[in-house]
Amino acid sequence: YIHIINKADMAASKGLKILVGCKRVIDYAVKVRVKPDRSGVVTEGVKHSMNPFDEIAVEEAVRMKEKKLAGEAVAISVGPPQSQETLRTALAMGIDRAIHVEIPLAQLEKLQPIHVSKLLAKVCESEKPDLVILGKQAIDDDCNQTGQMLAALLDWPQATFASKIEPSQDSKQLRVTREVDGGLETIDVSVPAVVTSDLRLNEPRYATLPNIMKAKKKPLAKMSPDQLGVDLQPRQEVISVEDPPVRKAGAKVESVEDLVGKLREKGLVK
Amino acid sequence: SKQTMLSSSRAALVAAAAKLPRLVTRYGYCTTAAGERQQQKPLSPKITTHPTRNDRAKDPRWKDIDMTRAVDEADVVIVGGGPAGLSAACRLAQLNAEKGTEMRIVVLEKASSVGAHIMSGACLDPKGLVELFPDWQERGAPLHTPVTGDKFYMLTEKRAIPLPLLPGMPMHNHGNYIVRLGNVVAWLGEQAESLGVEVYPGVAAAEVLYTEDGSAVKGVATNDVGIAKDGSPKDSFERGMEFHCKQLIIAEGTHGHLAKHLINRYDLRAGREPQTYGIGFKELWELSEDRWRPGYVEHGVGWPLDSGTYGGYFIYHLNEGSPLAAVGFVVGLDYSNPYLSPFREFQQFKHHPHVAAALTGGKRIGYGARALNEGGVQSLPKLTFPGGCLVGCTAGMINVPKVKGTHNAMKSGSLAAEAVHEAIGSGEIEPATYEEALRNSWVYKELHSVRNIRPSFHLLNGRLGMFGGMAYTGAVWYFTRGREPWTFSHGGTDHEKLLPAKDCKPKDYPKPDNVLSFDLLSSVALTSTNHDHDQPPHLTLYDDSVPGQVNLSVYDGPEQRFCPAGVYEYVELDDGSKRLQINAQNCIHCKTCDIKDPTQNINWVTPQGGEGPAYNGM
Repeated sequence: YIHIINKADMAASKGLKILVGCKRVIDYAVKVRVKPDRSGVVTEGVKHSMNPFDEIAVEEAVRMKEKKLAGEAVAISVGPPQSQETLRTALAMGIDRAIHVEIPLAQLEKLQPIHVSKLLAKVCESEKPDLVILGKQAIDDDCNQTGQMLAALLDWPQATFASKIEPSQDSKQLRVTREVDGGLETIDVSVPAVVTSDLRLNEPRYATLPNIMKAKKKPLAKMSPDQLGVDLQPRQEVISVEDPPVRKAGAKVESVEDLVGKLREKGLVK
Repeated sequence: SKQTMLSSSRAALVAAAAKLPRLVTRYGYCTTAAGERQQQKPLSPKITTHPTRNDRAKDPRWKDIDMTRAVDEADVVIVGGGPAGLSAACRLAQLNAEKGTEMRIVVLEKASSVGAHIMSGACLDPKGLVELFPDWQERGAPLHTPVTGDKFYMLTEKRAIPLPLLPGMPMHNHGNYIVRLGNVVAWLGEQAESLGVEVYPGVAAAEVLYTEDGSAVKGVATNDVGIAKDGSPKDSFERGMEFHCKQLIIAEGTHGHLAKHLINRYDLRAGREPQTYGIGFKELWELSEDRWRPGYVEHGVGWPLDSGTYGGYFIYHLNEGSPLAAVGFVVGLDYSNPYLSPFREFQQFKHHPHVAAALTGGKRIGYGARALNEGGVQSLPKLTFPGGCLVGCTAGMINVPKVKGTHNAMKSGSLAAEAVHEAIGSGEIEPATYEEALRNSWVYKELHSVRNIRPSFHLLNGRLGMFGGMAYTGAVWYFTRGREPWTFSHGGTDHEKLLPAKDCKPKDYPKPDNVLSFDLLSSVALTSTNHDHDQPPHLTLYDDSVPGQVNLSVYDGPEQRFCPAGVYEYVELDDGSKRLQINAQNCIHCKTCDIKDPTQNINWVTPQGGEGPAYNGM
């Protein structure tokens, strides 16, 4: 699937259409507990919120609208009925409309990035966005795969771990600064493209009450995986989930001689 | 004015400090003979940067910021989505349906979701719920565990002595339900929404708004967001919004911060006793299946608390599919020894052989704490003011010997709703019929009958302690049921009862074993509490110099011990002196510091909405 946009000056055009992905995850401050049967973690009654990297993605889309780089911003979430609350938060931050791909409870626990990226790719076929911004990874599974898989499925360029997005010098592409192991890498990317957000891209705004109330009137469309023709058959099986091993107490030594002695004891030093 | 808000005891302490030779404190303040402070160059950054104590109109960093707020109108605004607030909301909606009136009812709840700040035992007397929703069972209210057994113990260091529980005694629980109150409240929130009430979690009411002439309440303003820790505006700064309403119902729970402000402003405690409090801890335990007794309720008193310290424990075995039990401990905040740590008393209590027997093989999965009101009828303030009223624990309706207040809170919410509905209909500013309705209700009858039990703890100047209280309950109350013609006084505020450290002995608490007992920080982690670190601490001080000058030097910094979340720490600086550090991020919104601070210098205000603990069915 290839979508060619008018390569005219971006500032003069109607602005990019942006699709932003957001995922409902266990809130980052919650103390997570493994279920007694070791099949996963306890989620019932636990505080959930929008994945922090997705909040950054939503904020970037709203800022691009404010800068007139973007014309329309659409949020999408793949998840249970409660994902609607996450989408309402995105709408309250300034997104124009939302799409909820509802996943039945039975298939929710087995949902993987491969499925989500296929669902998103299908939505891109009909929505035809110029830019898809996703959080670089979700804090529950830490996969860091959905953005990359989506770009591959769409055969679009990808700019991952973005810490800055701006028009390129000739305004025909996007100049994205990426956070890489060696420092910062700046690349020019032609649209349509997939960008994933990293921590330093921006500081998200708060969803305040007047905006939350306004957001109630913004459109929220529902879709099902069947409608999109995507098969949610799991490719992986989780065998068990366990607590990390308890860290053993360390020992304090009084002198360098003691330290060397202990290292010798453990056979780490001859 | 600031001076009137300080208690007389604090003013006396400040005056006493002024008589000391000139001191240069951490903050570069000197006390002069006249007791006035002269500010020299501050030696360290301010502690209190919150806008409620630093006027932004005079702050150059706020010069160009637009401070206008959006305004919305409602008929009734209810601050607090707990049992009292939501009962008021539901009752109002029911009245509107009955009488064909229309009202916009808005509930503002500071927790991120309805029920997330609820912390209670709880052994619920269903009276209040049944009156509000007679069909509560069909509606699916999560009352799954009827009480099947009831016991009361007196703990000594090694033994657990069973005491008789006769029917009619306040501790008798036949007909009640063990619940996870947070889940009941979440359900109440759903009922309210289905009745057309607008419920907004994640929104904190930060300020009361008054009419032009200042005489009546006209609404509330929600919290501002995006203020940096040093009090300056961030890029994300946004002003809160205003709700203007005909009637404001305050349902903030024990020692609410807007309630505190309103009580002071309208002098609602005139002619009544001040409120007295306890701090309640609760842990949720997954028991070993063989020790689980679903429906079993146990209460007790005694070890490790000394006879001069009021308090007790509860163990409630839930029956909701897994072997869960709520284990809790209450310490009266009228304790006198500043070295006492209510948290560590609780942790030590679990090592009692009788209690350890129930918990061994189990796993702790939840922890939380909250202040409770213990003053009963003697401490009920005037309940109405021009433009609104107080309901539930914020007024103070816990039946202390029964350890129950939810049923009273719900009934008071319903009665307030009826009075408010009437006041709006007739155009009255003050819902005056509420107070009378409460006095004629079973809430007042019940509270009146047990009014002497808690203060009987102080009989003979507290020399008999818990024995005195229990003797009174068994020998007098059991026969009079409150008909005795006298009413005991609580004898003053809790914070005044704290003795200077030099008059008390430090307490030696055992180290936690991480099986039955735990340290403070890992307990706080279980509350999943969080606050945006880059905001002014919401634990504000009227005077930044008082902690060093008075709290630490006279009382050895008791806030380090009574805070159940490790918010207050005295850290040593390079020159050997100590400075108060407020770890506001840890706060679990229990209000104990505001209550027990001997100088009443701490004023808890609400942080940004959506912050604080994320309790799961507590």
